[in-house]
Amino acid sequence: MTDSWLVRNLRAIRGRAYPRIIGSKREPSWLFFDIVLPLLTVSAYAYVYKFMTARPEFVGYVVLGGAMTAFWLNILWAMASQLYWEKEIGNLQLYLMAPISRMSILAGMAVGGLFFTTIRAGSTLAIGVLVFGITLNLADPLMLVVVFIATMISLYGMGMMFASLYLLFGREAYHMSNLMTEPVYLASGFYFPVKYLGPWAAAGASFIPITLGLDAIRQLFYPAATQDAFLPVTTELAILSVLCVVFMILAKYSLAFMENLGKSTGRLTLRWQ
Amino acid sequence: MRSDLKTFKNAAWLGWQMEANWTDPFLFATYSIVKPIAGTLILVFMFMVVVGSGTDEAFFSYMYVGNALYMYVAEVLFGVTWVIHDDREHYMTLKQIYIAPISFYAYILGRAAIKIAITSVGVLITLAFGILVLDVGINVGEIDWLLLVGSLVLGLGCLCIIGLGLGGITFLTARHGQGINEGIAGIFYVLSGVIFPISILPSWAQSISKVLPVTYWMEAVRRGLEPGVMAELSSDSGIDVTGMAGFSDLFLMLVLLLSAAVSLVLSILIFRYADVTARRKGKIDWTTSY
Repeated sequence: MTDSWLVRNLRAIRGRAYPRIIGSKREPSWLFFDIVLPLLTVSAYAYVYKFMTARPEFVGYVVLGGAMTAFWLNILWAMASQLYWEKEIGNLQLYLMAPISRMSILAGMAVGGLFFTTIRAGSTLAIGVLVFGITLNLADPLMLVVVFIATMISLYGMGMMFASLYLLFGREAYHMSNLMTEPVYLASGFYFPVKYLGPWAAAGASFIPITLGLDAIRQLFYPAATQDAFLPVTTELAILSVLCVVFMILAKYSLAFMENLGKSTGRLTLRWQ
Repeated sequence: MRSDLKTFKNAAWLGWQMEANWTDPFLFATYSIVKPIAGTLILVFMFMVVVGSGTDEAFFSYMYVGNALYMYVAEVLFGVTWVIHDDREHYMTLKQIYIAPISFYAYILGRAAIKIAITSVGVLITLAFGILVLDVGINVGEIDWLLLVGSLVLGLGCLCIIGLGLGGITFLTARHGQGINEGIAGIFYVLSGVIFPISILPSWAQSISKVLPVTYWMEAVRRGLEPGVMAELSSDSGIDVTGMAGFSDLFLMLVLLLSAAVSLVLSILIFRYADVTARRKGKIDWTTSY
């Protein structure tokens, strides 16, 4: 008796998430680098704010933004680039031959990536808070959890969509990820409140889910600093919920498009192109 | 010598092809401009959010120029070591380069040279953007060319040499090379007075800052490039804002020269040790899918 479609796909999700979760334990030095490296940038920016005698919450904004960089980097290097790397090392055809939905593979990558990235981001945040003596004032923890979950679902949905698009870029994938690092740090306000980019620029950057997610998280930790908020938290949560659905649908269609294109042009197994 | 120059030239050409042939020239140019400008604009917005306007302030110029120069630190350190990782793990050509009758040092330096050239374009664009759009305090008529060129050459040489030592370590590591490079570049970013004066750091951190060659390099290049800004910061309320005002230009250059010499000896020792160990342990053509 064969397994049902649902069971097979749940197994695929578990199977693809497993190496990411277990892999994080097998290379402890990566854990060290992943926590410490963002802290170095955070420290530099925090000292810039201190030198300019900025309001104390700005150092908190930097620490929160620095912790969230872990998720964006995970999207770029472990979601968007992943199918390209899988093609380079010869795994992609195995995924496509397996009797499962391609979305399950991407979902497994997202679950595994989210697990270890949350640990890293949490550690960066905790150390940053301790080192810089930051006081966080969380009045609504339930809302924080809901906003965080909505941000992650929409963000990883975006990563799943990028994974297909990156296959089309070939060798450009590496450069695309590099190109989308600093500009997104700027546009999404990782190190300063996105509101100060101006309403139109901030609205445009809101297509990147982490923009609204980070702004909402900052508001929840600093409820008194209303002058730095872009939109009310509830509005940001509503937009994030829409983005969750939109990116999941786009991910499914872009994956099907990429697979068909790859098959028709015979490039699915082509390496170093 | 002639053979080494030929290797250097061909390695530089190869590096250029690998860096630039992945896309059409327009997209490559966009990529080369957008990335450094975006990185710099983060600091611009941080400054403007706190201070309001006034990008003609001395501290803004100090921060802006430091951030532009740091591109060399990040790209050169990372670029030199990435050559070994990329050739070995991705293109799997390191063993062919090894058995070719060429100097490996000339090959690495050729690949690094093209990194420096590409980074220089980014640095120049960033500085030009700062001067033209943001009123950064660089006055071409005031530039101390001797100090600027001398410190730039010494500093870049020093970075290449440090990169060579880190490249040696990359021979022996499969998964840590990138973390080590980014970590060292990150330490320089925090402790070398790149985007803020070291005087704001705790005293124990300032002591570390003063043994890092990049601290002296940043100070020397800034004094050459924006002497007015540095004079303004040094004389601000009679306080040593930069934490480096007590050092003369000559002292800075001597420290850079000494740093380059010490780094050269250490890097060659590390590289040779790593090279021999990698050959002995069969790691020259090691692929680990990382």
